[in-house]
Amino acid sequence: MRSKIPFYTTICVLIFFYLPLLVLAVNSFNESMYGGSWKGFTWKWYIQLFHNQEIWNALQKSLLIGIAATLMAMILGTMAAFALHRYSSKLQFFHYTLIYTPMVVPEILMGMSLLLFFVALGIDLSLVTIFIAHVTFCIGYVALVVLGQLQEFDFSILEAAMDLGADWWTAIRKVLLPLLAPGIIAGGLLAFTLSIDDFVVTFFVAGPGATTLPLRIYSMMRKGAPTVINALSVILLIITFIIVFFSQRLRQSKP
Amino acid sequence: MADFLEFVNVSKSFGSLKVLDNVSITVQRGEIFSLLGPSGCGKTTLLRICAGFEQPDSGKVLLNGKEITPLPPHRRQVNTVFQSYALFPHLTVWENIAFGLRIAKKPKAEIQDKVEKYLDMIQMTDHAQKKPSQLSGGQKQRVAIARALINAPQVLLLDEPLAALDLKLRQRMLVELDEIHDKVGITFLFVTHDQNEAMSISDHIAILNAGRLEQMGKPAEIYEAPRTSFVAAFIGDTNFFDGVVIETKETEYSRLHIDGFVDVLVYNDKPKKVGDFVHLSVRPEKISIAHDEPAKTEKNHRNLIRGKVEDVIYLGANTKYWVRVGEYKIAISKQHKRFLLDEKPILWGDTVWLFWEADDSYMLDRYRAEDEQLLSLPSSVD
Repeated sequence: MRSKIPFYTTICVLIFFYLPLLVLAVNSFNESMYGGSWKGFTWKWYIQLFHNQEIWNALQKSLLIGIAATLMAMILGTMAAFALHRYSSKLQFFHYTLIYTPMVVPEILMGMSLLLFFVALGIDLSLVTIFIAHVTFCIGYVALVVLGQLQEFDFSILEAAMDLGADWWTAIRKVLLPLLAPGIIAGGLLAFTLSIDDFVVTFFVAGPGATTLPLRIYSMMRKGAPTVINALSVILLIITFIIVFFSQRLRQSKP
Repeated sequence: MADFLEFVNVSKSFGSLKVLDNVSITVQRGEIFSLLGPSGCGKTTLLRICAGFEQPDSGKVLLNGKEITPLPPHRRQVNTVFQSYALFPHLTVWENIAFGLRIAKKPKAEIQDKVEKYLDMIQMTDHAQKKPSQLSGGQKQRVAIARALINAPQVLLLDEPLAALDLKLRQRMLVELDEIHDKVGITFLFVTHDQNEAMSISDHIAILNAGRLEQMGKPAEIYEAPRTSFVAAFIGDTNFFDGVVIETKETEYSRLHIDGFVDVLVYNDKPKKVGDFVHLSVRPEKISIAHDEPAKTEKNHRNLIRGKVEDVIYLGANTKYWVRVGEYKIAISKQHKRFLLDEKPILWGDTVWLFWEADDSYMLDRYRAEDEQLLSLPSSVD
């Protein structure tokens, strides 16, 4: 007889992870202002949310930064992965560690160091500083996903392309990039989800007026409007799930 | 026929490892030329130098009299069939074959025509829309060949194209390759470690060992007149003898004294005088084996020896015998004509007559003891 333990473990982990989210989702439809007790089903928090101009402004900024940081991380991360895969030396080991570090360093350290850096250089805090900060921690995710793909890549097909008359750039464009695209996009989607909901780092490097969505949510929580936030969280959650799902699909897809 | 593709004094090292040592090879237009040797002999490196993926440290490559050494791969009129096939996994069979023509920006109608023609040639028309991952090994192979040939290269380079296929399929693909060669008439440069493949398909063969050219010639020349012990042992089986010339006879023949064996008569395929040292190779199928003493021939250039059978291996088409003569164990290969009707089969422990003509042995220019390891037989000297 097969052991049932893995099954129960899985159930426990899922409950541990998703029960709080479930509570949040249920509360977003709760008539009651303060949660705790169920006062009946309502859409009104969602309707309030859609009329809240501050949230829309913040979302716009978050998307702008998210997309820009993701694109930049996709370019730099792919280039980093190439360098890491193609050349091996002590310096490359150092490079690999540097790529990896922002993923494991406490965010509060990242935020503080970036803030000190910008202040030291006399750069005014703005959307641009948030963008730079986000790129630093997004590169690693793209680089690691692409590096994984490169390790399985048969480089003789690049030689085959050149053998068939393609110059270096054409071979990259027609063969290498189409084959790496799923990895680059998957890494980019991961980076996007990280950028869109980053709070700690953003908190340190955001200038006046550069309020992203997580910062806006935080200040709204302090003023006490949790019900609208519940609704917003559910929407963000759904979007994140969709993005992660596609990212996984892309990473597993075989050309 | 003119010299068409020439490697002139090509040398190449990877780090401290010398992969090619002053190799010069000449390929004629329209022929199938094989680079044959064990793994690590430098044959693939030579091919990659021809394709432009590697640069030689010294020496040059000429195609049609023009030096192509400095040209990048995409500027050379040569195409490669890779060992791993290297098909583009994101493209269909059709798109794979069309790749070169599309890069060359040929008109759409021409591409369509040609791709269809080549699909038909490799009998893959029904699979045109499949991705490489849906094809069998033999099909991938054919697509790789069509993808290279469609660009009408001056030379088609084939890097161990059959290595990944199983034995039966390999033999069929070999015949197919030969037929394709007859149809397109393009020069093939074929890299292989399999002497049977090279022997059966090639017009000329170059045998490489440890980065050096051992011998170049027609398959029959290489088999019948090996210049070195490596060639003699790598292509088929053989018996090696070391002897000293003790008498020259009619200037064309010498009598050799061989320590631990009997004296034998050999044909002087190169000039020899009394006292010269000779390394001799005698192929197993050149030696006859019989219970009864054979009748004398007119010329009497025959070596006739008594020996005792130590091993018999029945191989279907032929039988291999190992016969003890003095300190030597002689390998003999005998083809059957009427095996079951033979009056008396030769068995283990029988005392038999061995005989071969003096013209059937061959003198080697160079001998290395380690080449005996290549033989499939037990060592000839205990």
